[in-house]
Amino acid sequence: MSNYYQPEIETASPEQIRAIQNEKLVKQVKHVYENVKYYRDLMDEKGVTPDDIKSIDDLHKLPFLTKADLRDAYPYGLLGTDLKNCVRIQSTSGTTGRRVVAFYTQGDVDLWEECCARAIVAAGGTNEDVCQVAYGYGLFTGGPGLNGGSHKVGCLTLPMSSGNTERQIQFMQDLHATILCCTPSYAAYIGETLKEMGISPDDIDLKAGIFGAEPWTEEMRRDIEKSLGIKAYDIYGLTETSGPGVSFECEEQTGMHINEDHFLAEIIDPETGEVLPEGSKGELVFTSLDKEAFPLLRYRTRDICVLSRKKCSCGRTLIKMCKPMGRSDDMLIIRGVNVFPSQIETVLLKEGYSANYLIEVDRAHNTDTLDVSVELSPEQFSDTVKDVAAKEKDLAAAIKTMLGINPKVHLVAPKTITRSEGKAVRVIDKRKLHD
Amino acid sequence: MSVKQISVFIENKKGKLAQATRFIADHQINLKALSIADTQDFGILRIICDDPENAEKALQDGGYITTVTDVLAAAISDTPGSLASILEVLSEADIAVEYTYAFNSSNAGAYMIFRVDDNQLAAAALAGAGIKTANQEDLF
Repeated sequence: MSNYYQPEIETASPEQIRAIQNEKLVKQVKHVYENVKYYRDLMDEKGVTPDDIKSIDDLHKLPFLTKADLRDAYPYGLLGTDLKNCVRIQSTSGTTGRRVVAFYTQGDVDLWEECCARAIVAAGGTNEDVCQVAYGYGLFTGGPGLNGGSHKVGCLTLPMSSGNTERQIQFMQDLHATILCCTPSYAAYIGETLKEMGISPDDIDLKAGIFGAEPWTEEMRRDIEKSLGIKAYDIYGLTETSGPGVSFECEEQTGMHINEDHFLAEIIDPETGEVLPEGSKGELVFTSLDKEAFPLLRYRTRDICVLSRKKCSCGRTLIKMCKPMGRSDDMLIIRGVNVFPSQIETVLLKEGYSANYLIEVDRAHNTDTLDVSVELSPEQFSDTVKDVAAKEKDLAAAIKTMLGINPKVHLVAPKTITRSEGKAVRVIDKRKLHD
Repeated sequence: MSVKQISVFIENKKGKLAQATRFIADHQINLKALSIADTQDFGILRIICDDPENAEKALQDGGYITTVTDVLAAAISDTPGSLASILEVLSEADIAVEYTYAFNSSNAGAYMIFRVDDNQLAAAALAGAGIKTANQEDLF
């Protein structure tokens, strides 16, 4: 039996949700047009006025916002209210360019924390739980978001922030933490550390984990669940829309329910901007419905995703999004097929290889070529050529199954693929050099 | 009756073999026999040396991917047809040879190294035909 934080919303009928969205969208567009000059100019340029937006069916008339717009408008250009009404900022790391700063009124903070509270309750959280928040606190939205959500649910909140793993484990044991919130890679690291310290998952009280802020695979989920003895739930969000809690997983673990009373989702063709029907794969676009300080209309997330209204066994009616399959700016079109580096990474991890790889795309005799170089691990090595060659062949076949394209696989020596501190260079598209 | 062979993964790129053999030399490992199998992408350097345990450890610490395999060393005389005789014995015993290469040392004599599935079975077949196989200590 499922618990809900706000059952009247989470299990509302599609008609009720639509009515809420229609009403809120009209208001939000008016709010933006009146208060955000940057977006008003975009609307004027397109010849759209707030009067043209009467329901969510009119959403497609509005112009898109991109990350470039957010950078252009930095820091105050998209502010929707006076600074005196704002109580908080959060910010992106700024690793891919100029940082994005998002502003919050107290109402915005409450809304965001409610979204996180829904996620915690969906993971089984109640006021009897002890919630260990090991996301970073500070400008990063992870710590503050889950911290606030945990307060709203009434959990005893351990505001650990990230790092100092032995202390994390000590608090986890001494204060009987039952829910862990952090990045999936940190959860995996805590699991490894437990093992090294000789602590079995039975010796801790954790029952659930809420993990997000970075891509992770089903294999990673299984490893984390085993090493910590928990059920692991995914959570999605981005600083631009408030932070984690835009969508969250329920016990079915088949995608994340979008808090669509606050965030209206669309899927578009990343090339043409055309809105695609439900079930299509494309770029995820969010429109905030009731934000005051940092309202964003039709913000292109660059995440490639599929939406589904299929009935969920948890009883929630909120639309579901799949785990993002890649980024539209990473997408390669090879022999007419859309390929995301993350798909290749998924295959590598599943086949027991490391995530150190290099994808090279080129063109030979007017045909695109795909070469994947992967580091060999000692377990996969053998003294016979046929065994090692068979590994290459098996991996090529697994990639072919995933993508529908035959790659050429090259096994290379360990540590020969360049490591990078920030975003690793994983793709070299040589076709651009020829064109 | 078998000897230890170390196999090393080497990328099929200019300078990689030189790099690996220089590394082996710098660690005072004396190569007694070697063979290289290669494809377009990679090669496998197989070596016989004294103190294989330390040699493998040094290579692994140096970041090389290695594996140790027990291989058969069959004594071979310096006469025409001696290799053919050995292979005929193995063939008659239904033993497939994955690869083979030569080992020659001034004090231990000449041997052919064979990679087969079952060393014991192969050694027994060769012993039946009067062909001697060596242990690690016989070679050094």
